Amino acid sequence: MALSRLLASWPALRQLREGDPLGLGKAVQSPRSKHLVPRLDEAEHVVESICPYCAVGCGQLVYVKDGDVTHIEGDPASPISRGRLCPKGQASKSYVQSPLREYKVKYRRPYGTRWEELSLDDAMEMIAERVIRTRAETWRKQTEDGAPANRTMAIGNLGGATLDNEENYLIKKLMTALGIVQVENQARI
Amino acid sequence: MPGLGTSFGRGGATTFQQDLQNSDCIVIMGSNMAENHPVGFQWVMEARERGAKVIHVDPRFTRTSAMATKHVGIRAGSDIAFLGGIANYILQNDLYFREYVEKYTNAPVIIDSAFADTEDLDGLFSGWDPEEGEYDVESWMYEGMELHGAAGQREEGFDATKGEASGHGGHGGGLHHGEPPAEDASMQHPRCVLQLLKKHYARYTPEFVADTCGCSKDDFVEVCETLSANSGRERTSAFCYAVGWTQHTVGVQMIRSAAVVQQLLGNIGRPGGGIMALRGHASIQGSTDIPTLYNILPGYLPMPHTEKYGDLDTYIDANTSPTGWWGHFRAYFVSLMKAYFGENANAGNDFLFELLPRIDDDNSVYWTVEQMLEGNVKGYIVAGENPAVGHANGKAHRLGLAKLDWLVVRDVVEIESASFWYDSPEVESGELEPEAIATEVFFLPAATHTEKDGSFTNTQRLLQWHWQAVEPKEDCRSELWFYFHLGRLIKQKLENSEEERDKLIRALRWEYPTHSQTQEPAAEAVLQEINGWEIESGKFLSGYPELKDDGSTLCGCWIYCGCFADGVNQTARRKPHWEQDSYVAPEWAWAWPANRRIIYNRASADPDGNPWSERKRYVWWDGEEGKWTGVDVPDFDETKEPHYVPPEDAKAEEAVAGDHPFIMQADGRAWLYVPQGLEDGPLPTHYEPHESPFDNPLYSQRANPRRQQNKDLAEDPYNPVADEPGSEIYPYVVTTYRLTEHHTAGGMTRTVPYLAELQPEMFCEVHPDLAREVGLEHGGWATIYTSRSAIEARVLVTDRIRPLRMNGREVHQVGLPYHWGRRGLVSGDSANDLAHMALDPNVHIQEVKAFTCGIRPGRRPRGPELPRFVAELRDQAHSRREQKPRVEPEEARKT
Amino acid sequence: MSAPDGLATYGDEQQERVGFFTDTSVCIGCKACEVACKEWNLIPEDGRVWTGDSYDNTGELSANTWRHVAFIEQDKPIYGNGDGGTGLRWLMESDVCKHCTHAACLDVCPTGSLFRTEYGTVVVQQDICNGCGYCVPACPFGVLDKRHLAPAPDLPAFAKEDGRVWKCTLCYDRLKGGHEPACAKACPTKSIQFGPLDELRERADARLAKLDADGWNGAQLYGRDPDDGVGGFGAFFLLLDDPEVYGLPPDPVVTTRDLPEMWKNMLVAAGTLLAGVTALTLLGGRR
Repeated sequence: MALSRLLASWPALRQLREGDPLGLGKAVQSPRSKHLVPRLDEAEHVVESICPYCAVGCGQLVYVKDGDVTHIEGDPASPISRGRLCPKGQASKSYVQSPLREYKVKYRRPYGTRWEELSLDDAMEMIAERVIRTRAETWRKQTEDGAPANRTMAIGNLGGATLDNEENYLIKKLMTALGIVQVENQARI
Repeated sequence: MPGLGTSFGRGGATTFQQDLQNSDCIVIMGSNMAENHPVGFQWVMEARERGAKVIHVDPRFTRTSAMATKHVGIRAGSDIAFLGGIANYILQNDLYFREYVEKYTNAPVIIDSAFADTEDLDGLFSGWDPEEGEYDVESWMYEGMELHGAAGQREEGFDATKGEASGHGGHGGGLHHGEPPAEDASMQHPRCVLQLLKKHYARYTPEFVADTCGCSKDDFVEVCETLSANSGRERTSAFCYAVGWTQHTVGVQMIRSAAVVQQLLGNIGRPGGGIMALRGHASIQGSTDIPTLYNILPGYLPMPHTEKYGDLDTYIDANTSPTGWWGHFRAYFVSLMKAYFGENANAGNDFLFELLPRIDDDNSVYWTVEQMLEGNVKGYIVAGENPAVGHANGKAHRLGLAKLDWLVVRDVVEIESASFWYDSPEVESGELEPEAIATEVFFLPAATHTEKDGSFTNTQRLLQWHWQAVEPKEDCRSELWFYFHLGRLIKQKLENSEEERDKLIRALRWEYPTHSQTQEPAAEAVLQEINGWEIESGKFLSGYPELKDDGSTLCGCWIYCGCFADGVNQTARRKPHWEQDSYVAPEWAWAWPANRRIIYNRASADPDGNPWSERKRYVWWDGEEGKWTGVDVPDFDETKEPHYVPPEDAKAEEAVAGDHPFIMQADGRAWLYVPQGLEDGPLPTHYEPHESPFDNPLYSQRANPRRQQNKDLAEDPYNPVADEPGSEIYPYVVTTYRLTEHHTAGGMTRTVPYLAELQPEMFCEVHPDLAREVGLEHGGWATIYTSRSAIEARVLVTDRIRPLRMNGREVHQVGLPYHWGRRGLVSGDSANDLAHMALDPNVHIQEVKAFTCGIRPGRRPRGPELPRFVAELRDQAHSRREQKPRVEPEEARKT
Repeated sequence: MSAPDGLATYGDEQQERVGFFTDTSVCIGCKACEVACKEWNLIPEDGRVWTGDSYDNTGELSANTWRHVAFIEQDKPIYGNGDGGTGLRWLMESDVCKHCTHAACLDVCPTGSLFRTEYGTVVVQQDICNGCGYCVPACPFGVLDKRHLAPAPDLPAFAKEDGRVWKCTLCYDRLKGGHEPACAKACPTKSIQFGPLDELRERADARLAKLDADGWNGAQLYGRDPDDGVGGFGAFFLLLDDPEVYGLPPDPVVTTRDLPEMWKNMLVAAGTLLAGVTALTLLGGRR
């Protein structure tokens, strides 16, 4: 058996057996080639998504296996994009898995010359404290002219056009309640 | 965008990308659509394949020009001259769509006799206050009408609202009137809008256009003819624009110019027509609708102002239009306060209005940067934006960041805004030293779109949901997570505070269910709040007509009301287009308002309610059923008859007549002439860019008199202009742009190997003649400089950037993509470092599409030599200017 | 029409011959095809070198670029009659392996790595290729190329770097799953069309007729003709100028035109030698 299998896989022999005397087609098809399965078909989930780059709003399908994105391509069902993507959209998987992606909080202390490690919990505590402190120190109930102000002009928040509506909603809601009015995004750029 | 908002009533694209396939002619201007919206461009190609004309008017010959049936090269920044020329051509040759113009626009409306045009006042409109440097807009009004914000209130110290702070953040203005405006249906009255338009644009002849824009007269006339021949009952034309229009000191007025042309041709609200605003970020429309902007609250409700509004009633009254859908302002605002503060906001405490923070006229990002430089800003949170590369005058931004006490940067990669303290041009030059920078920096890694649920609002007002595919790794978190937990921590810490200032944050409704190990808030719960519900029953609202002004409904953004109708996430609908009945595909996601895809679509039918033509059938009146019907959701009260005439005491939408399709406008008409809502004039007028080699051929008033400048800011010096001595040091027009292969400031593309390799280096595009003139070598290096900074770039010599002859002079343009910075797989100098921060007065947007520069061969100086090089040239230019300083007319008129 | 060499060997497994029709008259030069190909096939990057050659920074088809968009700036109007404005045109063309009907690469491959698939396409089998490189000079288009890279640890095992030859597979694996090739799927304007070759040829003829009628300057089909020197391409083009302008050979000829006869002779000899073993194996196979 072992011998016959070995012999059968010998190209010249297969060429004769399979009517491919020149060895151009089936006779030389390797087992891997014969049994190829596209990554798309091996995915555990396919998740409906939208391209994160420009505002055309192309539909994306995100293929997932073992908790990781294995491929992203256009969603043919979208009436806008009809399954197509531009180079940026098509590179979405490489973007979410960029070799330069950061996964840990980094902290630079005043006058520091390097990044330091910091836990996410500590970072959140520290940021919350700074917002509270700066706000308390710079709070203005009124303007110099005596008009109502209810704000701090010492804190700003920038960014939003790349974020979700729900995120923008929470940002504006929180900042407004904190009296932070300098909330801005890329609509200016 | 107030350009669209003041013209039509809503600040969004009037149409949707797929509808471009129905256009008979598409004018792409202020946009490089094929490069920057390639997938949307498929619909332009569909139209072209069906025989449509595709016209690209642009300073450069781009990949869009290559696909166009016609490319016309113009000087960067001369767009209003070109568009005004089209308006003039249409008016002079009676090519406008008469019935449409008469019935659907404010062309017949008579304007106050006190109004004076730029043609009368040498480049200024009536009402210019040279001391304040702004307009009093009272004389711009419709005859017999008062400004919004009645006279009595003004005596009490409340100014008329203007610019973005009025007109509902760029939405259609409210006219305070109960009577219909004075009109002349024959449109012959010398002060009616049509005649004013004629007079205003009379000098925009083909010769003037050719001289000012640098194109040929024939090319210009061909554009006018093509556009007119493809508009009317049987045919429609569309305009597509992007930031090539917005990023000017007259940006809003450029868009207004297109609005004027499209109204004259009768192309708004009709299939194949419209103005397609092409936006550049996944949810830039969304972040304006649900704003992360200083001057508005969700749904374009103005932020309370330190001086303009007093108490709740004054605020409501000043923003409520007696007619049109803005008549329900109170319901929108009260429902928002209920969403923000729940039962803590009630009629008894004016829904906490008194505690809300107030804004000034301009608290926009460029203003904030000035404040940073002055040391007034202590803390800054940056989430998904990269000002160190993406904003005009990047150096000013970086120097500003170095003056903060603390900075939080949230991004997927370590962007330049996070690394400015150890890796920036200023560290290289010695202007900044890490050891001397006090800023505490927190970098928090963000989650990507595949790692969170949420909705983006695309360029056609369409909310599309994306589902989480995988869990974010390690410390990566969504912004939803960050802001939710930040708010939770702050509220916790201030729980027992007795301070007055903490009342509002303590009153904040801040409870959202969380899931997974990371305690991620449920994005759908937030969307539900945005949609809103009836408080007592908890029933989700199905649209903004259900909102109440008594506090019985809750809604986080009234224009998004309906996105969770019937308790279903309408934004997540993904019925394949092939299973839907029409190309409109209404069951794919959800568009605001009310899932309408072409807005103002009542205008697709004639005044009697019949389609203008079979070919352009879209929405029409079904007399038998007694309702509006068609392939889209009618943008009109479904049962309001075409001949409905509002009774005298009618209010809000009831006061809009059956043949007035622009239901957000107080008078139901599209505005050729904008009596209220803009800072810099009711009609678009050609002004030169803030920095330009030319005088204004029309007026001694050179540039937009109302543009925002930072004359006293040392970090933002300007080049001498026009005939000022010293301008010869910066003789070329420079324009910045994107390439297909990269995205904005590059954080999402310079970091991706397959994209980095496609455009690996910063380059400049110049014509062979310019290369010869200054000795640039193809493939070599060039140094490009302005008063602000100098950068280096590889030289791409190409015929695609042609020199233009105008006013008897040849002008060269320099093209600069702006994607590079110091970090990433590929790095390079940032074009934005060259730009200044003079702004459009309506929206505070910078003019990076047209300014001046010098260019010379070779790499830029390194280290401390760089600022020295820039300063030497600048000092030379400025000292020459001092010998013969030009006084801008807007100042010369000061008493 | 000549059939592709080797396709008939599949018998019942033979599929309709598929290919690409790349219509450059609608190509917007976005390079989505280049990226889609790389994303799907997990191709290593191709170097970050700015060339200054218009907007083309990948340069040519290679082991690490299987779709390549050429950019040609010309002082020629789009339309023959001079319409179209500035008289400038910017040609863009997404090049790819031609999947020739008579493919020399396949003929010269001594290992059977290069083979004709059941779809009529030409594929390098990476589990067989030994990097001998015979195929490289055999290709009249310079498509085949050996990969020279340091090993990239994040690539799957089969994609290990070892000097093997890599090129477009017409997404062989995707075809097996019934999916369209990645580049054609991504293409925003359907400049790249995938389908049964016969159908594509019909479509291309109609397209050419339309462009001619509309007065387009220099429109021509390239590789559509089954009687050309390689028996027609499986992936053919509509160009807007002569092939040379795009860096393509004007009249490609299968470099092994005379080889089949030689191989046949050799195989007869080999067959005689192996007759005994063959009989044994065939019997064994039947057991």
